[in-house]
Amino acid sequence: MVDNIKRSLLVSIWFVFLTFPLMVVKVNTLKNIVEWRWINMLWVAIGAFVLSIVWRWAMERRQLKNKKAEQGEEESVLPGFGQRLLEDPKIFKPVLIALALVTLVFPLVVDIYQTNIMVLALIFVVLGLGLNVTVGLAGLLDLGYVAFFAVGAYTYGVLNSFFGFGFWISLPLGGLMGALFGIVLGFPILRLRGDYLAIVTLGFGSIAKIVIENWEEVFNGAKGIANIPRPGFFGAEMSIHTATTYTYYLMILMVLFAIFITNRLKDSRIGRAWMALREDEIACVAMGVDMARTKLGAYAFGAFWAGLAGVIFASRNTYINPNSFTFMESALVLSIVVMGGMGSIIGVIVAALVLILMPEYLRAFAEYRMLMFGAVMVLMMIFRPEGLIANVRRKYAGRKVVTEDANARG
Amino acid sequence: MRKSVIKKLVMVALLGLIMPATGFAADTIKIGVAGPHTGDLAPYGIPTKEAAEMVAAQVNAAGGVLGMQVEVLPMDDQCKPEIATNAATKLVSEGVDVVIGHVCSGATKAAMGIYKEAKIIAVSPSATNPPLTQSGDYPNFYRTIAPDDDQGKLASDFATDKLGAKRIAILHDKGDYGKGFADFAKQFIEAGGKAEVVLFEGVTPGAMDYSAVVQKVRREKADAVIFGGYHPEASKLVSQMHKKRMKIPFIGPDGVKGNGFLEIAGKDAEGVYATGPMDVSSYAVNQKAKADYISKYGKEPGTFFDQGYAAMQVILNAIEVAGGTEYAALEKALKNSYVDTAVGKIKFDAKGDAEGVGFSVFQVQDGKFVELK
Amino acid sequence: MEYFLELSSSGLVRGSIYALIALGYTMVYGIIQLINFAHGEIYMIGAFVALIVSGVLTIYGFSGVSILILAGLIAVIYAAAYGYTLEKIAYRPLRNAPRLSPLISAIGMSLFLQNYVLLAQTPDFLRFPALIPDFEFMEPIAHIMGSPELVILVTSAVSRVGLTVLIKYTRIGKAMRATQQDMTMARLVGVNVDNVISMTFIIGSVLAAIGGVLVGSYIGQINFYIGFMAGVKAFTAAVLGGIGNIPGAVLGALVLGLTEAYAAGYISSAYEDVFAFGVLVLILILRPSGLLGKAVKQKV
Repeated sequence: MVDNIKRSLLVSIWFVFLTFPLMVVKVNTLKNIVEWRWINMLWVAIGAFVLSIVWRWAMERRQLKNKKAEQGEEESVLPGFGQRLLEDPKIFKPVLIALALVTLVFPLVVDIYQTNIMVLALIFVVLGLGLNVTVGLAGLLDLGYVAFFAVGAYTYGVLNSFFGFGFWISLPLGGLMGALFGIVLGFPILRLRGDYLAIVTLGFGSIAKIVIENWEEVFNGAKGIANIPRPGFFGAEMSIHTATTYTYYLMILMVLFAIFITNRLKDSRIGRAWMALREDEIACVAMGVDMARTKLGAYAFGAFWAGLAGVIFASRNTYINPNSFTFMESALVLSIVVMGGMGSIIGVIVAALVLILMPEYLRAFAEYRMLMFGAVMVLMMIFRPEGLIANVRRKYAGRKVVTEDANARG
Repeated sequence: MRKSVIKKLVMVALLGLIMPATGFAADTIKIGVAGPHTGDLAPYGIPTKEAAEMVAAQVNAAGGVLGMQVEVLPMDDQCKPEIATNAATKLVSEGVDVVIGHVCSGATKAAMGIYKEAKIIAVSPSATNPPLTQSGDYPNFYRTIAPDDDQGKLASDFATDKLGAKRIAILHDKGDYGKGFADFAKQFIEAGGKAEVVLFEGVTPGAMDYSAVVQKVRREKADAVIFGGYHPEASKLVSQMHKKRMKIPFIGPDGVKGNGFLEIAGKDAEGVYATGPMDVSSYAVNQKAKADYISKYGKEPGTFFDQGYAAMQVILNAIEVAGGTEYAALEKALKNSYVDTAVGKIKFDAKGDAEGVGFSVFQVQDGKFVELK
Repeated sequence: MEYFLELSSSGLVRGSIYALIALGYTMVYGIIQLINFAHGEIYMIGAFVALIVSGVLTIYGFSGVSILILAGLIAVIYAAAYGYTLEKIAYRPLRNAPRLSPLISAIGMSLFLQNYVLLAQTPDFLRFPALIPDFEFMEPIAHIMGSPELVILVTSAVSRVGLTVLIKYTRIGKAMRATQQDMTMARLVGVNVDNVISMTFIIGSVLAAIGGVLVGSYIGQINFYIGFMAGVKAFTAAVLGGIGNIPGAVLGALVLGLTEAYAAGYISSAYEDVFAFGVLVLILILRPSGLLGKAVKQKV
């Protein structure tokens, strides 16, 4: 304990030193004087001391847990809550029913702001599920996923402003355009691996934004495309409130659809091929999997969802400009996938809700919100590096499961 | 362990649902201030927020408006349309009476529909995109800054008539503000037929340096540069032009005209032209606003401070004249009664543009912007 | 021809700065296979500390070269301290985590550091004093290359030589190379891998801070956001040259800088980044592991 305090004191001194020029000194160029904000130093010292003690305690706990996991490996293989949720009907059913109820009545009991941010969060759920296919299943790191999102949004924006296309025609077109771009961009980079792939996709993301910014004849450049209609319902006139509620239910349907498809796909032929590709490309190709087709499939499929989400995004905001399609958005979606626990569908949903809603609820902290957002990202990774709800690999134990079940019944 | 985490998450989510449902007190006037308060565009949003908070504090200290205290609700939109709609619905849900903002034209367009339906007036300190007022789509939109086309015309006339430039290079920062200004400048120069636009090009804000573009201006033998954008890029360009030993006139819009530019560009600022609202620094209101700011923050106010200050002033005045925050009465007050503000004595025309914000050309002389008559 | 020279000079200057930052990326990557997205923020913090120190010194009556040296020195020390702390907090606990987790941690750290500087100092752009004096002898060709540009080229080259010497001939350099080749093996023969990793972050941060100070002084302005774009470009440069490869990072940075300058000069500066990334894609299609990167034989 004494040792802990001693060490924390040292940490505190180190942080005082570290933050000294930025937190304490402020040069006032107007009056040519130096402001010494000593009070900040005190805060840093106290804050660093307290945090250091908490940190040490948390780290110890983490280590203890790791050790336990190492010693009793059987124990750690027990399926986590997320997995049990999916597999054990006893937990699965009531939770699902409760969740469905909450989801259904949600827009009716809260105000439009809550519904509105929930729609945005759901859009990112779909994005997360899409990227989850590319990164989580197929293991292709994509830092420019936002490009496909932009393709979807601008497909609707451009088709609407030039040809008057409605939402419902544009929705599938947006998805298809996304998939098409996924294939086109996927072609040249089939040979690349790992982080080379990451930076090239990052490049594609930036290129997409710059092209939108500069090609004014089509995309209206930085001025953006305004007056994009919200989703229609057989031509009914809707107030913003009802339109938002309607979009919300639409998004719920779409999320369910995305969950259904991606979940089914996991166990399909192509899904298995993706996972095999992720684990070992060479072995996978040796087994006769068509590498090009499988990879392009993963890109196209991931991009398809981004395209769909883009169309809804455009209709939700009624206005789009290049500002919404920066690297930060790509990073956000990737964070959703990683934080959720690569490949885990429930994890992605939870992480998307947390990461998109958190900055909104952090509005209470005004200017500190992005600071805290960054800190939370770091902390979440440190304390749950495998993600919020880790994806437990399904085991194919064959008959054993059946006998166990039979025993349980008997 | 896992279970407890989930439980906590659910609790947090539930708390989040309950929280915003509180607070609809009628004894305060709530004014939302929306703009980028974090991210790369924060320098253009924070000064307005500070201005609004300063005015509110002063008014409250003096007893408030109509006996009610003024409450400022800052709302970060990062200049992103999707966050702007979040911010707008949040402000509507919180029951604000008037909104100052948004700062970027794009974010403003995304948010205006929501205010329109909620019958809330928005006064922007900085959204200069002409269609915001001229299209008629946004009847509840007002601004204390002039639209891009006015300034573009002024800058191009000045370059061709006063400076006698024949070969003009137009640069912009690809943003809605800078590009808008540059587009109009180009259009007016080409229509005027007195000079030729030899270069029309976007630069990337945040790029490490602009020396390649500066070399290009030199190669085109331009005899004047018109730049659309904000002061950081402007000062980067100016200082690199000087480093490359180029001495041709440089004309910027009102995003350049401000102390921020003088401070950053330093000696390189000398001789630079900028269009901007008529010299208001002699106005008592403006002087007081600046002095207050300097005594509070110990630095010169940033971009759009004057406009943000003015927006707050016209709103409070309108509320006082209208005797409340009812939409029609406010609208009438905004359009009919002149107010002494930090950008001059203004009222709004039928479309929502400020009348009385005259524009003129300034030049930096001895480290100060001097109005050229 | 003169125009070509002018563009080449600005491309080389840009490339030299990219190189200083890219080295940090590539060294860290070489050892722990981490894309350190917060590296650009170290560069920004270096520039900020230098600005603050030089401001304080100016007010207290120092002048000229003494400011340059003191401000540069303190900036370098602080950047090293930040780099060291960054690794300890955000990456060390994640050393055995899944491969992408440290990347997310890095993105979070990058956001945190940006907003920390925004809140602690100011969101506005600040004037960075021109610390580099104008040399008389450069005046005739100042429009092609001025003295600040010359200083940048020379300093960057000297730093690179210093780094090469450090890595080739010193004990820590050898330990770094050993760790890069095989971390487990290095640990087995008695290399303190933790120290080596810390040292890598420190060296990378020092180089980034040198870049930050040079850029600040050359461009004359900084704010909390300058690290982001610089970081992305430097990362691109590192990959272009073959990530993990030190001469590769320098070559990649110069190629990138020149590409940007020629693209801006001959085509359009609005599309400068498109060409930068375009070259990257092209080179990686032809050489999937970068210009100087060795094609790693996949063991089956």
